[in-house]
Amino acid sequence: MAVKTFIEAVREALAEEMRRDESVVVLGEDVGKKGGVFLATDGLWTEFGDDRVIDTPLTESMIVGASIGAALNGLRPVAEIQFADFIHPAFNQIVSEAARMRYRSNNGFTVPMVIRAPYGGGVHGALYHSQSVEAFFTHVPGLKVVIPSTPHDAKGLLRTAIRDDDPVLFFEHKKMYRSVRGDVPDGEYTVPLGRAVVRRPGRQVTLIAYGLMVHYALEAAERVAGEGVDVEVIDLRTLRPLDRDAVLSSVRKTGKCLVAYEDNRFGGYGAEIAAIVADEAFDYLDGPVSRIAGPDVPGVPYNHALEDWFMLNPVKIADAIRRLAAY
Amino acid sequence: MTVTGHGDAATSPLAASVGLTDADLLAMYRTVALARAVDERMWILNRAGRIPFVISGQGHEGAQVGLAWPLRREHDWIAPFYRSIATCLTFGMTARDLMLAQYAKGIDPSSGGRQMPGHYGHVRHHLVSVSSPVATQILHAVGIALAAKIRHLDQVAVAIMGEGSSNQGDVHEALNFAAIHRLPFVFIVENNGYAISVPAERELAVRDVADRASGYGIPGVVVDGTDVLACYVAGRDAVERARRGDGPTLIEAKVTRLTGHSSDDQQTKYRTESDLEEGRTLDPLPIFRARLRDAGVLTDEIEAALASEIKAEVDDATDFAEAEPDPDPATAIDWVYAEHWPGETAPPWHQGSGAGGTGGAGGSTAPAGSPG
Repeated sequence: MAVKTFIEAVREALAEEMRRDESVVVLGEDVGKKGGVFLATDGLWTEFGDDRVIDTPLTESMIVGASIGAALNGLRPVAEIQFADFIHPAFNQIVSEAARMRYRSNNGFTVPMVIRAPYGGGVHGALYHSQSVEAFFTHVPGLKVVIPSTPHDAKGLLRTAIRDDDPVLFFEHKKMYRSVRGDVPDGEYTVPLGRAVVRRPGRQVTLIAYGLMVHYALEAAERVAGEGVDVEVIDLRTLRPLDRDAVLSSVRKTGKCLVAYEDNRFGGYGAEIAAIVADEAFDYLDGPVSRIAGPDVPGVPYNHALEDWFMLNPVKIADAIRRLAAY
Repeated sequence: MTVTGHGDAATSPLAASVGLTDADLLAMYRTVALARAVDERMWILNRAGRIPFVISGQGHEGAQVGLAWPLRREHDWIAPFYRSIATCLTFGMTARDLMLAQYAKGIDPSSGGRQMPGHYGHVRHHLVSVSSPVATQILHAVGIALAAKIRHLDQVAVAIMGEGSSNQGDVHEALNFAAIHRLPFVFIVENNGYAISVPAERELAVRDVADRASGYGIPGVVVDGTDVLACYVAGRDAVERARRGDGPTLIEAKVTRLTGHSSDDQQTKYRTESDLEEGRTLDPLPIFRARLRDAGVLTDEIEAALASEIKAEVDDATDFAEAEPDPDPATAIDWVYAEHWPGETAPPWHQGSGAGGTGGAGGSTAPAGSPG
């Protein structure tokens, strides 16, 4: 067991899976000699060479589309989209092709591939280096969507994603790359897809989060604990397939549910969680199913005062907890 | 091929001119004619109300057979498009396979009845499942070629589409990447002069799509799509070049579209009678027939035998597909993922096990590592 940063965990998972399975290849923009703009693939090109660490032209649709083809012909590609904000040119390939290949061929063709992309704000990235794009993809049956919050989970989930036989979108909050450290076990452990985890047990309010928001949720829970509000924090880890039981069993215990997500509020991923809770835990609810989420403006603005206004933080989440707890 | 009466080695000057035997030429002709017969039957079934939709390959068959002929079956790969009836027949699919897709029956090998007709695919024959957004398949073929190169599989991957589709951005991204890495890839454009209703001069600022190849530093070849053997030679050269490791080729086959875009299109609305008349003169089937007759390869006797053989084959395929059961709605929830996920709920009207899957074209079983 050693303490590692989030990005180190990602890098180790890639390197170890490439060592274990020669069908694993990495492709994307600047992933080769440079090792990626965040250095997630640093060292891979030196170890595995041109055939398995492929610098692509600036062609996101190609990165995903060719990965689909490579997956059809025996490889397990891990495609890197340099920023989640730039994934949209590949939307057609992800949604029309990767997601539907198994279903439309009646299990004939499968696409075992991972698309990694750094997402999220709070890093002075403005409109086009800050986006949370998960809701576009969690909407689509056939895609698996993973957003880890700790180095332990980043490594264990990325391993599982690479070994999975379906297309997996793996979003990494870029603010966590170097700011979040944690214990990473030695050896070849994995973390299963579709399993949430309780990060903090509590009795009065269920607070559901993923990615960076898990850390803010835990800080917020700590803030209100002194005020006598006992919050249970659930880290979803996999957004789809959703661990429905983890969400519902917690809410059935606490009777109150708050979902925190960094993306725009309207139509965001948390809206689906809220709908499921309202549908399936209605008899247990002791307050409105609530959301605390990013404002509905088209992007995270650049100036620090504007960015701070946009971003959720532990204070804003704590306020939302208090409002809900007051019911 | 059962009717030639020729020994396999019989070689007319015409066959010799392209390095084939007379039996090869007759087999090619048979495939062109079979594709036409399947296609014509599709229209009859549509007009009779038996199948709701047809998208046709009539006029493209000669180019499709010639260009696909040099590929190795069950080894090389094709990412076809919705007019690729003759391509699919050349590459190993049967009339039954195609007719099952028209009827969208449960054992339809393309999709188990999930996709519209024309969206062919076959795992064993390495025909990549077709979708409806056009040109996406070129990137899949390039990725297949990339994997073939990395894994040293000695395979060639081919993508096929119309000239209308060739304007999509994926084509640019694909050709650039394939050329950079000299991938074993062949890009075939079947240029029939129309993107549904829009004529080529409104789709392209150049006369030939093949001109664009130079922008990627690869050869661009224009071939007469009514000339099956010229297509064969163009395809053979490109496939050999790709297999040698010399990189991709763009082949543009000039073809004609003898039918409307689909069964929902009336092409007389946007094409003149003289245009349509000219198109009919470019029908590859009678052109190939006349050429083989002139060469003494095709005789009255062989032609009559082939015609009755093909009619029997199409009748059998139609009857077989018509008699097959529709897919069971209980299976409509299968194969979203490799495994069934309890969090992925079925609609309240769903009746069935909700299992991850019970069969399917691939017959693959759910991998270990299901939730739990």
